[in-house]
Amino acid sequence: MEKTIQPTDVQPGIPKAPTGIEGLDEITCGGLPAGRPTLVCGEAGCGKTMLAMEFLVRGATEFGEPGVFMMFEENASDLTANVRSLGFDLAKLERKKQIRLDFVHIERREIQETGEYDLEGLFIRLGHAIDTIGAKRVVLDTIEALFAGLPNHAILRSELRRLFRWLKDRGMTAVITGERGEHSLTRFGLEEYVADCVLVLDQRVQEQISTRRLRVLKYRGSVHGTNEYPFLIGARGLSVMPITSLQLNHKASADRILTGIVRLDEMLGGKGVYRGSSVLVTGSSGTGKSSLAAKFIDAACRRGERALVFAYEESPAQLLRNMRSIGIHLGPWVAKGLLQIHSSRPTMQGLEEHLVVMHDLVRAFQPSVMVVDPISNLTLDSRETEVKPMLMRLIDFLKQQQITSLFTSLAIGGGPTPEDSQLGVSSLMDTWLLLRNVEFNGERNRTIYVLKSRGMAHSNQVREFILSDKGIDLVDVYLGGDRVLTGTARAAQEAQERAATELRVRDHRRKVEQLTSKRRAIDAQIAALHAQAESETAEVDFAIAQETLQAETSQSNIMAMARMRGGRIGDNGRTKGKQ
Amino acid sequence: MKKRARAGHSIQTFEKATAATAHYVLRLYVTGSTPNSNRAIANVRKICEEHLLGKYDLEVVDLSLHPTLAQGEQILAAPTLIKKLPLPLRRFIGDMSQTECILLGLDLRKVD
Repeated sequence: MEKTIQPTDVQPGIPKAPTGIEGLDEITCGGLPAGRPTLVCGEAGCGKTMLAMEFLVRGATEFGEPGVFMMFEENASDLTANVRSLGFDLAKLERKKQIRLDFVHIERREIQETGEYDLEGLFIRLGHAIDTIGAKRVVLDTIEALFAGLPNHAILRSELRRLFRWLKDRGMTAVITGERGEHSLTRFGLEEYVADCVLVLDQRVQEQISTRRLRVLKYRGSVHGTNEYPFLIGARGLSVMPITSLQLNHKASADRILTGIVRLDEMLGGKGVYRGSSVLVTGSSGTGKSSLAAKFIDAACRRGERALVFAYEESPAQLLRNMRSIGIHLGPWVAKGLLQIHSSRPTMQGLEEHLVVMHDLVRAFQPSVMVVDPISNLTLDSRETEVKPMLMRLIDFLKQQQITSLFTSLAIGGGPTPEDSQLGVSSLMDTWLLLRNVEFNGERNRTIYVLKSRGMAHSNQVREFILSDKGIDLVDVYLGGDRVLTGTARAAQEAQERAATELRVRDHRRKVEQLTSKRRAIDAQIAALHAQAESETAEVDFAIAQETLQAETSQSNIMAMARMRGGRIGDNGRTKGKQ
Repeated sequence: MKKRARAGHSIQTFEKATAATAHYVLRLYVTGSTPNSNRAIANVRKICEEHLLGKYDLEVVDLSLHPTLAQGEQILAAPTLIKKLPLPLRRFIGDMSQTECILLGLDLRKVD
């Protein structure tokens, strides 16, 4: 059952022997230098032997490279018992000739030096062990114990030099462990002889939480990560964070997923967030962060996708109950196996170990959506400088797996604006939603806005965020004057607006009516005037007619009189009559 | 055979006597015929002949021919001489050129 490892960027260069240790092959870009010795040094109890043993066991079981484990401090049965907790059955592997254990016991009291000697006995022993099982890998677990057993250090040093060269000549990929010295990497300066690759392990206690760390101090002929990486000795062996650390080359999906809140999706360009992106939801206590996260989970499960939740404040049962109260029923998803909720106390482990646990669970469950509620609890005791790289690795890892992540974070007052409190981690996030309490007019209301959302058009508007037993809804806030109004103030303002509008409408109607009646009055007036004019015209006609009649009558009278008098009608008379 | 009967120190005297009369089982492990190996074989033989004549049992083992013995006998350095009997077990490493040192280790010399 050989496993091929496919690191994304194996450099063309020296051949490498994969260790099979989670994370270590990524840091070293493929593994330890094949056919060369590697020095693993660190203080007592920091995991040197475990690392060496896992290197050997995985080599034998996964990469078809049997190995010899030569120990100088522990005896074989102790070691077998110790690594059984990691699931390594050394006795079985020994029977199958995949591994050979050799305990080199040196009792200083028994040994007396009498002249010149060399360590040919050790060479023969090791050579025989290698030949017996056809070993490709060798571990020398704290060979420095020889310095305590053999008084002549000059001989020992030259023999060690010869040993390492010999291992190299035989093409053995070797791991040599060494205890950390006060002024040097190892107590007896082994780093002088093993110069190809040096790993430094370290165990530190900070804020009462101990963390083991690993660093690749040197790796000839290869690129490697240079940071200190926390690692954990878990149930399945070592786990070095991060899984992907050196590159920033994850795929960027154009696929969008909905958040489950219609109006929020509208704010995010109508399509929600990108798959594989990271979303940060910040806000102070009680702004609805968890509820928003629950809706997000609900939406994912509705699509038939798996969701993983890390709850650091509530137990799974409490979370389910509380979300039921706002109409989000997560229980069925848990029953269907689509949703896993992991609750733990943040103080139980260090941040790094939490993240290692997250890695393990993510790998096991393969979710498409992951929620951490809240991330701020994890970072409570840690310094910002530590938190950021850790989160960066987690987010990198999630992006590599195309897992959409949502982190809630409690904004702790301090900075002048809530934005300030998240400076450290916010730059890592693709989308940042800010939830805020607006306290005004004797009540508190929730608002939400999209502070940033990479790669999409998004609304710049503040929306009111309403939690009810029907779920989550976003409504437009009242934007009037110089204030944003929410809650009852918004409702009151809206009612006031409505009343004012009504009034205006009525006023308008009244004015129109007034105008109409005025117009009607004018019309009436015009009609009256017309009538008057008509009657006056008639009067004038009558007067003219009368005048004409009179004139005609008088003319005919004159003519009649003239006729009677026999006279002629003179010009005077006509002229006169015309006048 | 040197017997030293001295008054007092009865326990020490007894131990010395035991050591002096005990049978010695010695194993010399060498690796091939290197100069060190050859010198060691010669030196050990000489010491045995001179000090343990007739009451020793010396076996010279070439580890390059019997590599499995290296692990079983916890051999590291070569040459290695192991005094298996009388107890306690002692190991001498080197070309066995420091005779006095070996004699001390074999309890054949009194510590002054």
